[in-house]
Amino acid sequence: MNIIVCAKQVVDVSEMKIDSATKKPILQGVPQKISDIDKNAMEEAIKIKEKHGGKITVLTVGPANAKERIKELLAMGADEGLLVTAPENIDYHMTATLLAEAIKKIGGYNIILCGEASIDMFSGQIGPRLAANLKIPQITYAQSVTAEKDKITADRNMGEQMIITESTYPVLVTVTKEINVPRLPSLMQILASANKPINEITADSLTKNLNPLVQTIDLKGVSMERKNVVYKDDIDESVKQLVNNLAKEGVLRG
Amino acid sequence: MVILLDFTLTNEKKLFQKTVREFCEKEIKPIASKIDKEEYFPTDLYKKMGKMGLMGMTVPQKYGGAGIDRISYMIALEEISRVCGSTGITVEAHNSLGLGHIYEKGTEKQRKKYLPTLTSGRAIAAWALTEPNAGSDASATQTTAVLDGNEWVINGTKQFITSGDIADVTTVMAMTDKSKGAKGISAFIVEKDTPGFKVGQLEDKLGLRGSHTAELVFDNCRIPKENLLGELGMGFVGAMNILDRGRTAIGAMSVGIARGAFEDALEYAKQRQQFGKPIGKNQAIQWMLADMATEIDAARLLVYRAAYLEDQNVRFTKEASMAKLFASEIAMRTTVKAIQIYGGNGYMREYPLERYYRDIKLCTIGEGTSEVQRMIIARQLGL
Repeated sequence: MNIIVCAKQVVDVSEMKIDSATKKPILQGVPQKISDIDKNAMEEAIKIKEKHGGKITVLTVGPANAKERIKELLAMGADEGLLVTAPENIDYHMTATLLAEAIKKIGGYNIILCGEASIDMFSGQIGPRLAANLKIPQITYAQSVTAEKDKITADRNMGEQMIITESTYPVLVTVTKEINVPRLPSLMQILASANKPINEITADSLTKNLNPLVQTIDLKGVSMERKNVVYKDDIDESVKQLVNNLAKEGVLRG
Repeated sequence: MVILLDFTLTNEKKLFQKTVREFCEKEIKPIASKIDKEEYFPTDLYKKMGKMGLMGMTVPQKYGGAGIDRISYMIALEEISRVCGSTGITVEAHNSLGLGHIYEKGTEKQRKKYLPTLTSGRAIAAWALTEPNAGSDASATQTTAVLDGNEWVINGTKQFITSGDIADVTTVMAMTDKSKGAKGISAFIVEKDTPGFKVGQLEDKLGLRGSHTAELVFDNCRIPKENLLGELGMGFVGAMNILDRGRTAIGAMSVGIARGAFEDALEYAKQRQQFGKPIGKNQAIQWMLADMATEIDAARLLVYRAAYLEDQNVRFTKEASMAKLFASEIAMRTTVKAIQIYGGNGYMREYPLERYYRDIKLCTIGEGTSEVQRMIIARQLGL
């Protein structure tokens, strides 16, 4: 079973601060990491490989320093990495096109695994766009998967209902973070990952004249205003008022 | 271009650090308070650490170890001790002393027999040098080993032995020729459950309460002749080499405990509001935190330098003592200041500050007191 895991390097949003005056995110000095849900995709790939054998390739579109993040996934259990170096802040269309072109080069795959979305932009577009570009079936929001020799079955978490979906190979699956707990590599695996290959190709070598369809005009943090209502009266009366107000706001539903 | 000094960790070491940190946050931090309060020894945790490579860090992979260098070992010890001193000392004594002595001085046969189980975390190693009348003056060792046919017969008592009661394998220093003084001391491997070897009193300690500290009693304990570890009469020299390595590691452990206290205090100083502003806006608090940060960085650099010299296989006795002395002393100051910043809350057992404060004291005593470190440094200065 040959598996391609698509992983994105993102800023560690938990370490990110918003400039209170401009509302712009302060990105300087914020550490980079692999988008959390992509690690779930990686973990699932390792589990499938443990059962069926095969090879796991990690594919990333990003800046040159993303190589260090690929090493983390190699330490976890991937066999090799491919980094498509591209300018930062390209749009979803460009990313999905580059991923598709790179995958055509890699070839010979059964499953492509992606996180349902990246933790920075959370558009959830890359998986579906990539499947469309490659003209292969897709299963999104998989909360559990069972890979068999000729087919894969997945429980899709659709919020209020669970849809069980089955597909033959090749297939693209996007996973949710509930699917597993990503393993930590051992110190031995980290040492061994130094000998695993990471190939690098430029976006230009894959496709020419790739232009964005969406332009990001500005990026600002969301500020949440609190109502700061304080209930000071008698405790029973205050509880009553609080419940009434919450109900009025639609927070509580009977 | 020749780079004389490089203060940046390699990407590989950064990944080690990040991985061990994540492991500690997930597996150790949530139970650190229980480990301390209930003197709880989490056997499963050591198996997990074995899988991670933390129970045989510098031992080559062919014996089941991780095969990392000494600086990486220090990085890992700092991370473990940052969340739990008890786990830090257990891992340190196992890696640096018990396991370290068998790897450094053991024959190929001894290495193959003992190391794989010890590096897996399924078994713990202890190291027994200290006696009621022989602490820093190890040459006053009274425990004896006498060869009788194909067996050594050990008699005597060891005390304050880390993990002594739970260890599967213990390295024991014993006098084989009293007329030669320190040069009459040899090292031996004693397995758990050997007749004549029993665990005496378990110590009730100020800190590091999750780390077991035991008295070991040898009463005509007979072990096979081949359990002599290293050359006959070289036990003291071997032990001193092992202690040099251990001291750097106690330095790393001290940096870890200090960092744990510092990080908590820093966060608290930013959050805690008094007189309408965070207490960290007061210069008195700022100066404390600035000193803590500076001293922790300086201590870490001393630890890394000693570990770097170990990796280069050059003599590092002075540097190891300097690292241990400085790191443990500044860590004492750091934990005191951290409690001060926390105020009344810092005094309460609900918060981990008082644990750091109790735990760190051992680092100025174990594997040679601060005074002994100064003595060693002075000797190395030619005094």
